[in-house]
Amino acid sequence: MEKKPYRHIGVNRPRIDAREIVTGKAIFLDDFKMKEMLQAKVLRSPYPHAKITRIDISKAEVLPGIHAVLTHKNLPKDVQKWRLGNPPLIPVLTDTVHYVGDAVALVAADSVEIALEACDLIEVEYEQLEPVYYTQDAVKPDAVQIYPELPGNIVPEIEMVGEKMLTHLVRGDVDKALEEADYVEEGVYEYKKFASPMATEPPGVIMWMDKGIVKAYATTQAPEVYNMTLNMRTGMKVETKTFNVGGSFGNKSIMQTTSAYALALAVATGRPVKMYLTKSEQLLIHDMRIGCYMDCKIGLKDGIVTAVKGKWYLDAGALNDLGHVQIAVGMGEMQVALGKCKNWDMDAKVVVTNHVQTGSVRGFGGQEVKSTLMPLVMRAVAKANIDPVEFCINNFSETGDGWYWRDSQWYTAREQEYKHCMRSSAEKFGWSESWKGWNKPTRVEGNKVYGVGVSMHGNADVGEDNCEAYVRLESSGYVYLHNSIPEAGTGQRSNLRKYVAEVLDIEVEHVIVVEPSTENSPWDLGPAGSRSTLTTGHAVTVAAEDARKQLLEGAAKNIFHCPFEELETTDGMIYHRDNPENKVPWIAAFEHFGLTITGVGTYYSDYSKSNFGIYFSEVEVDLETGITKLVRVLVGSDVGQIIDPATLEMQVHGGFGAAAADSGLLEESVLDEYTGRLLTGNLIDYKWRTFDEFPPFDMVIEEGQPEISRFKAIGFGEISGAPGPASMMMAISNAIGKEFCEYPAHPRAILKALGKA
Amino acid sequence: METKFIALTVNGKKYEFLSGSDSIVGIVPWNETLSDTLRQRLDLTGSKEACGEGACGCCTVLVDNRAVSSCMTLTSDCNGKEIITIEGLEDPVTGELDPLQQAFIDYYAFQCGFCTPGIIMAAKGLLIKNPHPTEEEVKDALSGNQCRCISQYHVIDAVMHVSKQISI
Ligand code: FES
Ligand code: FES
Repeated sequence: MEKKPYRHIGVNRPRIDAREIVTGKAIFLDDFKMKEMLQAKVLRSPYPHAKITRIDISKAEVLPGIHAVLTHKNLPKDVQKWRLGNPPLIPVLTDTVHYVGDAVALVAADSVEIALEACDLIEVEYEQLEPVYYTQDAVKPDAVQIYPELPGNIVPEIEMVGEKMLTHLVRGDVDKALEEADYVEEGVYEYKKFASPMATEPPGVIMWMDKGIVKAYATTQAPEVYNMTLNMRTGMKVETKTFNVGGSFGNKSIMQTTSAYALALAVATGRPVKMYLTKSEQLLIHDMRIGCYMDCKIGLKDGIVTAVKGKWYLDAGALNDLGHVQIAVGMGEMQVALGKCKNWDMDAKVVVTNHVQTGSVRGFGGQEVKSTLMPLVMRAVAKANIDPVEFCINNFSETGDGWYWRDSQWYTAREQEYKHCMRSSAEKFGWSESWKGWNKPTRVEGNKVYGVGVSMHGNADVGEDNCEAYVRLESSGYVYLHNSIPEAGTGQRSNLRKYVAEVLDIEVEHVIVVEPSTENSPWDLGPAGSRSTLTTGHAVTVAAEDARKQLLEGAAKNIFHCPFEELETTDGMIYHRDNPENKVPWIAAFEHFGLTITGVGTYYSDYSKSNFGIYFSEVEVDLETGITKLVRVLVGSDVGQIIDPATLEMQVHGGFGAAAADSGLLEESVLDEYTGRLLTGNLIDYKWRTFDEFPPFDMVIEEGQPEISRFKAIGFGEISGAPGPASMMMAISNAIGKEFCEYPAHPRAILKALGKA
Repeated sequence: METKFIALTVNGKKYEFLSGSDSIVGIVPWNETLSDTLRQRLDLTGSKEACGEGACGCCTVLVDNRAVSSCMTLTSDCNGKEIITIEGLEDPVTGELDPLQQAFIDYYAFQCGFCTPGIIMAAKGLLIKNPHPTEEEVKDALSGNQCRCISQYHVIDAVMHVSKQISI
């Protein structure tokens, strides 16, 4: 289908908040103060698993400037009923601590310094208990039980948003397909280094009670998800506002412990309470990327994966948040990528361990799947001596294929055509020149060997969850867009006003996007899973179309006396299509002064279309030192219709952050098994890519114009780095001449694979 | 209590604080960081504090035209110094942006923007020292600034645009 020329869609427009950002006037949570606001800190456990045998807060309580010291012994009555985790089963504080950094006491004070001093004055004695750090150990029959509420250390399955989350995928006859396969490969693959998404702005909240309702300012990217999950855990009605959010990557959407602790203190003190994590707390106790291991068997026949059978265990650490949803989405994403496979038997479980808590992160389940399943699949593809790009082309789902999605329902794929994009991406990367065959380096220069790799990904969450938007027209020609999406860096607030401006044919500056607050706007899950480009975009478009229709109906009735369909509007003026010179301003269409026109738009969730990304990488491995460097990267996608070229490009670059692509080469939390502590609690010890380390980055972005909505745009940002780690494992294997899969590929692992360590 | 006066010029405005060894309301304690003084006392919240240990560059300001991490600088060491924060870059009368600020808008050189004030100030410090840096020099000068949204590619383009202008 031909691409249409648009006035705003597909054209770069400066962000609404551009000037505020570059002048330092944009407000983030930590820039804001409330009257009477208290500061909160947490006394945290030094042990991974222990019983509190004695706790004495008497010295802390009498410190001047202290307003509350809460422990498991004196929690307010209501707070005693709250439950954390998912399903919510775990009390807020108990006499047992479950990971290093778990809360022992919560303190609210006039200042951070006083709160910290109070923490020092709390006397605690512990009896240490045996910890368990790995899922394989935690599920053994004789394993230590971490919570009485979670027998066998397995988290019970959940329902959310009225859906039973898919945790067991059964399709076809997997045993027969394995028997008939040309190649069968079996193995255990792990991706469990609890990398930290580490948004530059640490997570934080300010919470208070207002006439029985919880009010929050939060660094969340998804205020409605924040409200919903906090309500699920506390039973309280929550309303949330956001300032600019300093990066989130899915990882600051919920902040379950930080929010529950701040709220407990707000309830106890009756005052606004701020809890803003330090960078070190963010790196040590905030939600990490979930760990996992997959024990799996796959069958390949005629170059197509025809059978997948296995177990997939997710390590939620000490507290589960959305582990089952990550499984459910990951299960769907397996079928999107291996779209021709009709025989499945995958069982997945969420397990708890005495490790830091985990939570949602960009790549949500899919990155974990791709990092474990794809290396196993590629082992069979290597045996069959098939070019991996050809494998991707022949296996990725197409229109008419389908999948069971997270809600356990079947969806037949529509408008699912990505072969062209795969071929042009391979061509631009120079794949055929660089690919020398399986486990063969592209080139060798002294001690340095070079190899290329590829992996792919797709996520049907681009159509996830219902949402609504209101578009309110004023007779002045200004338009208000009511939607609660915050600005967390994706540019989506600015992009959404482009949809409205395009429909109403006005300047973007005439669209005012209301302050992000769940009180002021209808329900929207928020930008997650790359959904908002299609879902919110659709709701906003329909709302603008509805408002436009009402406007033109008014003008037709009051002035033009013709069918409204014959009227047009441009830049706040209305005219008949056949006589554009004779125009009247919007105000003429409004019968009563001061009244406004509101259009309502709705999107209904639909998982029958996925986005797509292919990730090519070239690495250099030093055979002496084991040091691996990224030489270049190319990411390809077909995004339907670009909304904003600059923000799209930066979302693609963003795949290096968020513990996404770089969990392949350098990002990990390092656990000291003797103490149970993470050793990576600062920005020096936790490795991340600095300005001078970014490799040349290329892109292929196609615009296939699928018939999915008026503007035909598919979100992409969430998955841009997700296939990266698996692509890098393949590149390393090819460079060093043997199969390699260890995340991240630090020099020690490489040297071990080479038999040198 | 031992006290002394500290005089600072911040964005062209002169301030004088009584500084002392004790933490008393109204007195800047010896160990107060410049970041705290700017953000908490002067309400100049443009520069951010994220790591508080000199590793992310979010808190970068200019002290006598040198880019420093204000979280690692003690206010009591800044006596007599001239400080410029992100708020001090635009022309206070005309509102005209510094060429770097304008380039960051024109090159879409930010996503969430939390790192941006620090990056702009670090780049400003570089351009004052070296008005026409090479790309390598830009990357090097900014390697202490974290941006997890990954705006680096666009930031480098923005700074190089300014670097290539004849004068700044
Ligand atoms: S806050 Fe100062 S360097 Fe990070
Ligand atoms: S733009 Fe978000 S951290 Fe740099």
